[in-house]
Amino acid sequence: MEKIVSYLVGHCEKLQHLPEDFIYLALQVVAGLLVLMLFVAPFAGIISFVERRIAARVMDRVGPNRVGPQGIFQWLADGVKSLLKEDIIPAQADSVLFRLAPYLVFVGMFAAFVVVPFSSGLIVADLNIGIFYLIAVTSIVVVGIMMSGWASNNKYSLLGGMRSAAQIVSYEIPAGLSILAVVILSGSLSIQSIIKAQGAYPWQWFLFQNPLMPIAFISLFIASLAEGNRTPFDIPEAESELVSGYSTEYSGMRFVFFYFEEWANLYLIAAVSTALFLGGWNLPSAVVSWAQTKGDVLLHLLQFLTFFIKAMVMVFIIIQLRWTLPRVRVDQLMALCWKYLTPIGFVVSLGWQLGWLYFLRECLWSVM
Amino acid sequence: MPMIELKDIAFIILALITLGSAGGVAFSKKIIYSGFSLLGSLFGVAGLYILLSNDFIAATQLLIYVGGVLILILFAIMLTSKIGDIAVTNKSINWKVAIPIIAGLACFLISSFSGDIWKVADKTPYQSSVSFIGNALLKEFLLPFEVISIVLLCALIGSIVILKREVK
Repeated sequence: MEKIVSYLVGHCEKLQHLPEDFIYLALQVVAGLLVLMLFVAPFAGIISFVERRIAARVMDRVGPNRVGPQGIFQWLADGVKSLLKEDIIPAQADSVLFRLAPYLVFVGMFAAFVVVPFSSGLIVADLNIGIFYLIAVTSIVVVGIMMSGWASNNKYSLLGGMRSAAQIVSYEIPAGLSILAVVILSGSLSIQSIIKAQGAYPWQWFLFQNPLMPIAFISLFIASLAEGNRTPFDIPEAESELVSGYSTEYSGMRFVFFYFEEWANLYLIAAVSTALFLGGWNLPSAVVSWAQTKGDVLLHLLQFLTFFIKAMVMVFIIIQLRWTLPRVRVDQLMALCWKYLTPIGFVVSLGWQLGWLYFLRECLWSVM
Repeated sequence: MPMIELKDIAFIILALITLGSAGGVAFSKKIIYSGFSLLGSLFGVAGLYILLSNDFIAATQLLIYVGGVLILILFAIMLTSKIGDIAVTNKSINWKVAIPIIAGLACFLISSFSGDIWKVADKTPYQSSVSFIGNALLKEFLLPFEVISIVLLCALIGSIVILKREVK
């Protein structure tokens, strides 16, 4: 960042009159928008097409295959169609809140992408509270969903919004406990530091660091599926009960915002699991030194590909799960969270703390 | 003329968001609007914490107040039946008494806060607050920390006991 600022100030005379703070602020905004435009938006679009194709395969259908080769441009056609559609606001709806809700959902999801790493250098901001920030800022999404449910003035929307909020708030606890185990292991909340504490090879990943970590990984995975309203936990928009939940009354681009959030969240779930448990962008040191001789661009590209491929494997598992498993009931969902995942989370994080004390007892005695 | 820094602009914007939303909470006719205005207020306070370079407290503010307390408040509002029909009954505003009290309070606050009494902290480089908080909690304030956790545990068990009786 400092390099870019000094370069800009050195090469553009008009910028020299501005204070450096403004340049930093502008650069941060530009970096955030670049992540949104170059990565999140195309990803959410393309994954919507991929998911429909996989769903079609699972159901023995053909799926969208008309626009472009194999229907690959279907998402662009859908986007244009949604832009051209009328923006309908129901007469009985609370129009201010109805308009505001999609923005809140979008902002909450997009703000989380600030700390999602792409390579060792490509990250909007490597906050030193990274993963904690991510958990905190996604709670704005919950407020947006509740707002949309209330503002639609529709009993199905209200029920969907409240189910979703209850689900997200509940599952934050097992997710937090699993993340706690990783944080104890790495000694840092910053996502880049957590990745650096791991290695390139599977036995260096946090997933296989100790016997409790695979349990933490699976419990985090289940909890983040539930937080992302993905099947088998998509009861907020269970179409057989609630039409389509909190997004029932929405149309056009406002509707797309909700689905955009869902598909962006898909990548977020995958990226968090990859960064915390699957070694992130780490490459073998031989590859790193080879790539550095060819230039930094190649290194970051390789790191990005490593991260992206791992994340995509997770994304495909999540999509396959969606079209394989049936939906759980509300009481089953809550029972799974409070009776199984939360105790398991406590056992994992406490067990790992005790094990950590056991392994470090000699160091501890020397400190005391 | 003193140079306006980015920090000052950010402070003014955040203070306006916080106070404006707080006004929304207090003066909204519909209680659901009050609930949603609270979001802006809590968010603004989190921003002020970031301005004071305490990122951990800011994220905690978001997590606890937006993710927890605000959601609970919204749940309570949404689960109350016919919440929209409730007329605002608190219209008996006693101006004759209120205006002198407000004026006196305002004079007192302005006189006590104006003047050169504010100490401005030295410009120290940004430090991670997480490790500082962690060390402080487990070294100097270990006993209060443990006592608080026991109090919270008692509150949790107590709430479960109360809830169980009501179901029967």
